[in-house]
Amino acid sequence: MKTFIEQLINGLSLGSIYALIALGYTMVYGIMKLINFAHGDIYMVGAFTGFFASTYFHLGFIPSLLLAMLVSLLLGVTIERVAYRPLRNKSKISILITAIGVSLLLENGGIIILSPQVRTYPQIFKQHMYSFFNGIITISNQQIVIFVVSIIMMVGLQIIIYKTKMGKAMRAVSTDADAAKLMGVNVDRTVSFTFAIGSALAAVAGVLVGIYYNSIDPLMGIMPGLKAFIAAVLGGIGIIPGAMVGGLLMGVIEALVSGYGSSLYRDGVSFAILIIILLIKPTGLFGKNVREKV
Amino acid sequence: MSKSFKFTSFIIAVLMIAVIFSGCSKSNSTSTSSDTIKVGALFELTGSVATYGTSALNGAKLYIDEVNKNGGVLGKKIVLLKADNKSQSDESINQATKLIQQDKVIAILGPSTSTNTIAASSVAVQNHIPLITGFATAVSVTVDPNTNKVKNEIFRACFIDPYQGSVMAQFASEKLNAKTAVVYMDDKSDYSKGLAQSFKDQFEKLGGKVIDTEAYVAGDQDFKATLTKIKGLNPDVIFIPGYYQETGKIAKQARDMGINTPLLGGDGWDSPDLLKIAGASALNNVYYSNHFISTDPDPTVQDFIKKYKDAYGTEPDASAALVYDAAGMLVQAIKDANSTEPAKIIDALSKLKDFKGVTGTITINSEHNAVKSAVIIELKDGKQNLVEKVAAQ
Amino acid sequence: MKQILKNRLLIFIGLFAIYGIIQILLSTSILNDYYEINIVLMGINIILAVSLNLINGFTGQFSLGHAGFMSIGAYTSAIITYKLGLPFPLAILVGGIAAGIAGILIGIPSLRLKGDYLAITTLGFGEIIRVIFLNTEYVGGASGLSGIPKYTNWTWVFWMAVITIVLIRNFINSSYGRCCVAIREDETAAESMGINTTFYKTLAFTIGAFFAGIGGALYAHNFYIIQPETFNFMKSFDILTMVVLGGLGSITGSILSAIFLTFVYALLQDYAALRMVIYSLLLIVVMLFRPEGLMGTKEFSLKKLFKKGEKSNEFTLN
Repeated sequence: MKTFIEQLINGLSLGSIYALIALGYTMVYGIMKLINFAHGDIYMVGAFTGFFASTYFHLGFIPSLLLAMLVSLLLGVTIERVAYRPLRNKSKISILITAIGVSLLLENGGIIILSPQVRTYPQIFKQHMYSFFNGIITISNQQIVIFVVSIIMMVGLQIIIYKTKMGKAMRAVSTDADAAKLMGVNVDRTVSFTFAIGSALAAVAGVLVGIYYNSIDPLMGIMPGLKAFIAAVLGGIGIIPGAMVGGLLMGVIEALVSGYGSSLYRDGVSFAILIIILLIKPTGLFGKNVREKV
Repeated sequence: MSKSFKFTSFIIAVLMIAVIFSGCSKSNSTSTSSDTIKVGALFELTGSVATYGTSALNGAKLYIDEVNKNGGVLGKKIVLLKADNKSQSDESINQATKLIQQDKVIAILGPSTSTNTIAASSVAVQNHIPLITGFATAVSVTVDPNTNKVKNEIFRACFIDPYQGSVMAQFASEKLNAKTAVVYMDDKSDYSKGLAQSFKDQFEKLGGKVIDTEAYVAGDQDFKATLTKIKGLNPDVIFIPGYYQETGKIAKQARDMGINTPLLGGDGWDSPDLLKIAGASALNNVYYSNHFISTDPDPTVQDFIKKYKDAYGTEPDASAALVYDAAGMLVQAIKDANSTEPAKIIDALSKLKDFKGVTGTITINSEHNAVKSAVIIELKDGKQNLVEKVAAQ
Repeated sequence: MKQILKNRLLIFIGLFAIYGIIQILLSTSILNDYYEINIVLMGINIILAVSLNLINGFTGQFSLGHAGFMSIGAYTSAIITYKLGLPFPLAILVGGIAAGIAGILIGIPSLRLKGDYLAITTLGFGEIIRVIFLNTEYVGGASGLSGIPKYTNWTWVFWMAVITIVLIRNFINSSYGRCCVAIREDETAAESMGINTTFYKTLAFTIGAFFAGIGGALYAHNFYIIQPETFNFMKSFDILTMVVLGGLGSITGSILSAIFLTFVYALLQDYAALRMVIYSLLLIVVMLFRPEGLMGTKEFSLKKLFKKGEKSNEFTLN
């Protein structure tokens, strides 16, 4: 029981990070129907910005986090403007290829500029373990930080989407971009805004990973990017609560597979989940079936 | 026919002509000048294990620059031609072919991982060009597993997996009095699997029991789930044959979770970055085997560390040190052979004896492995302490 | 009719000329092993790109799992020659058939999905195939199979590529192929015209997978060692890039871009990380300024080049 709870907490902290990345995927997909393969690399850039901010400029946790969010946000918006916007009305495949190109560019540019060496995050939070219920639940302060920050971000996102005008515009564009345009919604600005939020959330995930695992490298975005993407599909791509739940579920499933099965099959299981969900319910756990109109 | 189509056809035609011409010009320019010696440096400069490749290239460069500064070898300067195999085996073959056929190198240094070296070795063997790897420790690198014949052209500067694994098993069983062990290996790496196997064999031979074998994959970030499982098994020691990027994280996460069991490893643990990744407090009760210890007062070692730091601003890792020695072995062999003919260099390499390198005194045995002593290092608050020197076998 | 025969004859002579010239250059060592490796790689890439184009370009089904089929062909053929010691031609054939069977098995359930969902599913299947090989000790697990005899040479690759191109071209120009194109243009309309879309989609998928398997078999016997890592989703992207760059729905486009990209790759080899940066920039720039690919859905034909204005019925679909 104790082990199980520990595994659950491990899974949830990993899952929170997946969820934060998955949110970006899902929002971009919802609004542009684009699988933004470069998203995992924006997460990497966020992690590195946080690293430089805290190591070389000796900023604290919150300022580093904000700086990382800002840099990633600008990067995300620039990528959208330069690489994706001109292709918005072209075939989906060409925009997908562009996304792959951007992803390769960020990874290899990262190798050139940052060197492939692993960097180690400074210890922003000294490790503490907290025990509850006679040690049945043990949780580290880093895990608490991950949970708290993730929850704040997710609540913030909900507020933006459901309580602000921009959020309304986002929902409108994701439902029907043409109709939204006719209603006077500035589609370009809305898409930029979506990329900005998604990228900022990825940066948060990057900084949290840096603190949690304390090592980062230019290729760190590939695997979490894919996993987060699976998480987004699992929850129903384009659906925001789906991405959160999907991310958490993915984290927990991975922890349980490595804990009780074999860690060898962990990646295979992730993809198996993806396929099962796609074959049984391609719209994901939270998705509604939309019938194609002729 | 549209205009753009015509344009495209034109572009394609130009490109094809360019292909043909560049092909011709390239093959003409490969005439070898006689006052330089061309040596290929085939490493993982990009891709998943770019870290080892880049520091390996640094190590090779450092040695070759030194030789050139001191007048070269046989009165000739050595030119190091680097090639990137993208951490992929097919690119290793492609690039090894390029180095040998296009650039006409007389020897190749690298690659760093066993799989890529096995791939490149097929080309070196076919073309009778010596290849010295610094870091590839799998047995099948120098011995063809199908025929059990030694690959004449392939050498290495490191010891092989079975040796390290059994050294650590012996240490665990005799010095730490361990009865039970868990092996936690990198499933993507031949090196890690080789060490795990030999550790298991030797440990069980000595009366211990490996109660569980777990695996991770290089590049993983989260080990907590598996560590939680291991914690429940409560073994006497945990053997983690892997590279420092992951073992550092494993050590940190294990200690964070309150696992204070001794952690054992191989030379993959050795890196100045280990301390940064794991943090000093996690690196207690950690033992690993290595080629050398950086606190060794031996002037060769200290000199190397200083030069490396001056040149690149970082501390060398095992990969850099071993390739530095591999380059040294090559230069020594060229001197011994008094020739730059590949066949003679191969001959000299196979007779190499008592070569004094940074990672120990190296003698090449009949299977083209480096016979040299190993050290077992204990980490106390991240600081290296020599526990034992294991004589060469 | 006579004209067509004459053209066929010309094409045949042309093919023999290309084959002969390169064969002479290789056997006289004017082009050394390094060139041979890359020329062979070009041929393999042509097979992969043309076969993927059948699925993605002509049938309009967005597949991202081509590397998975390729790996099945590679591993199956390697087992046949290396482990069982059977002849190479058999290995190529069985490799292709095994990949084709996998194509049916994966195609039937996943082709119900459309667009991005299909892309993700095929990507997932490709990765699962890789994980299965990764965990199979019989084929060497993560370290892969090494010591595969080198049977692939210019002759094999050239004629396999020619066979692939001719068969796929004939398929596309057959009534089956027209059905596939109809599905690409409008699946619902095709279905209402009485086309059994599931059948044709699966058929195209299977044929594509079969040739990918053949490409994989040739690949395995060219590189001495195969490991699961070689066939990860990046490989699928590489093939997809060739198809898109050449033009979705253009066989000659796929051929030209396979040659072009293999060449660019080899040319930039001296620049390590920079090469990947240039490569990715190239991708982005081409997509931004010519998103339909170099050839679009058009085909390159010599006749067109020389006789302006005359409409040719060879190779053209639209």
